[in-house]
Amino acid sequence: MTATLLTPPDRTGKEVRAAARRVGPRAAVGHALAIARRNLVQLRYDPSQLLDATLMPMVFTLIFVYVFGGAIGGNQADYRQYLIPGIMVQVASFAAQVTGVALNLDFSTGVMDRFRSLPIARSAVLSGRILADLCRLALGQAVILLFALAIGFRMHTNPLCVLGALALLMLYGLSLSWIAAFVGLAIRSPQAVQSMGFLWMIPLQFGSSMFADPGTMPGWLQAFAQVNPTTLVVDTCRGLLVGGPVAGNLFGALAWTCGILAVFAPLAVRQYTRRA
Amino acid sequence: MTAAIEIDGLVKEFGRNRAVDGVSLTVPAGTVLGLLGPNGAGKTTIVRMLATLIRPDGGRARVAGHDVVEEALQVRSRIGLTGQYASVDESIPGWDNLYMIGRLLRLPRRRARALADELLERFRLTDAARRLPRDYSGGMRRRLDLAASLVGDPEVLYLDEPTTGLDPRSRNELWDMVRDLVARGTTVLLTTQYMEEAEALADRIAVIDRGRMIAGGTAAELRARVGGQMLRVRPGDGADLADVARRLSAAGEGTATVDHAEGLVCLPLARPGDLTAAVHVLTDSGVAMDALDTHTPSLDEVFLTLTGGVPTEGRTTG
Ligand SMILES: Nc1ncnc2c1ncn2[C@@H]1O[C@H](COP(=O)(O)OP(=O)(O)O)[C@@H](O)[C@H]1O
Ligand SMILES: [Mg+2]
Repeated sequence: MTATLLTPPDRTGKEVRAAARRVGPRAAVGHALAIARRNLVQLRYDPSQLLDATLMPMVFTLIFVYVFGGAIGGNQADYRQYLIPGIMVQVASFAAQVTGVALNLDFSTGVMDRFRSLPIARSAVLSGRILADLCRLALGQAVILLFALAIGFRMHTNPLCVLGALALLMLYGLSLSWIAAFVGLAIRSPQAVQSMGFLWMIPLQFGSSMFADPGTMPGWLQAFAQVNPTTLVVDTCRGLLVGGPVAGNLFGALAWTCGILAVFAPLAVRQYTRRA
Repeated sequence: MTAAIEIDGLVKEFGRNRAVDGVSLTVPAGTVLGLLGPNGAGKTTIVRMLATLIRPDGGRARVAGHDVVEEALQVRSRIGLTGQYASVDESIPGWDNLYMIGRLLRLPRRRARALADELLERFRLTDAARRLPRDYSGGMRRRLDLAASLVGDPEVLYLDEPTTGLDPRSRNELWDMVRDLVARGTTVLLTTQYMEEAEALADRIAVIDRGRMIAGGTAAELRARVGGQMLRVRPGDGADLADVARRLSAAGEGTATVDHAEGLVCLPLARPGDLTAAVHVLTDSGVAMDALDTHTPSLDEVFLTLTGGVPTEGRTTG
């Protein structure tokens, strides 16, 4: 019960602190993969995480094609071709929502204590989450594409362009995941994360060329839609999937994606280290 | 003996609330320390500092030879934590919980798989391997939590109120599992609100209240201060209570007292042989008995004796 048993650390403070924090990069990748596997196992037991990125966009597709399609696009067949690339971008943004909600949930349960008491990289829970969510996003894209083909959507470009569109969707989805991660970590209550998520998604989705031609919108909205990253990504995907101009929109889409990543990845990481 | 845990003047403040107020203690390797105290005493806060989950505001702590602040990673690779609010992952099945931790600890896949199977077997959870922990009973969840904290084969294990809320059977089961671990040489720091639990498992007990250690020692030493186990006898109707008390007093070190209102005769059990002697005397007397039990002082009673007051935050069930 005395201090006599305490011996000073046998290395200098700085070295020791470094050793206490450092996990090698290979180990850190291993940790992220273990967490990613856990997040994918979660999907089997809580498929609702998957429904957000599959069933919801299908419902949107059916409603927009068969209810509004004639009114918006003149006829359903033309509107279907117009809509599907937009829906694929919607899949990316719905999928990203889950990233934030799931991270928030992890932090509000006792399991974070377990993770933090293990000798693992601090980043593991965040990087594992993003990794698993990219897998979920890829699955969502595959499902919606098959669904679209089943209801008559046709691609008019070559397989390389289709792969390019999918790659852009993954990249854009990744950037949205980082926004969602930031929101999920910055806000305490899971319900608030859920509502916030939809709040920032709605203008991004509807104030864009996702569902309708911005040319028919009032001037102020048109101005917003034209710089909205959703429009740029959707129009690029349209070009890559059904044909049309690509280059101009692609540049803007990539610029936005990189910009979002550059801003929100560090923000999310900072928020994460604060709480982890 | 080397010390597995050395704490010196540990302090933690939450705002103006000093949750832990200068606690110092040493736990020799291979022994069990029971941290006994009421709700809000600071037990969980101490455990969380020792598990590197929160930083102390003052003092120092070394676990398995490593400083909890300066060498957090080394500490983490040597401890196991079973939190007060079970830290199992509710979102994946029991088996996956253990496999995940094995992989996080960089065990090869095959080894992690085998270990998960082995631990489930050892903690009798094999049948529940593929079910989500949210469908487990309280006892099963605790066992899974314990199994999860053992994947890394820790030198030091923290058990924060491991049996609170468990039925007596699950509690006894868990006690046996803890004894089994101690027999293998693991150092255990256990927090509890139950004197009985501290006595059953701990080599030494530290009593804490409002973030301060107010008493410490072996169970026997504390018992000597607090008053140890009490034999309570309820003779059948019509029996002469005073006579029974006289006979019992002759059998033991202590003096038996009569509680006329309850119809009870109570004898403090001071020495190990006292209980046997008392039972002999009762048998020889031929007096019919309705009930007979031994009673361990509750936390309330311990506190009454040590501090002259009841526990500060919410009286606890003993
Ligand atoms: N995260 C926290 N923030 C603020 N106060 C806390 C926090 N954790 C514990 N406390 C306070 O510290 C004191 C000790 O709590 P705790 O260590 O949980 O006690 P015990 O585990 O013995 O019941 C209590 O007064 C509690 O309210
Ligand atoms: Mg507690």
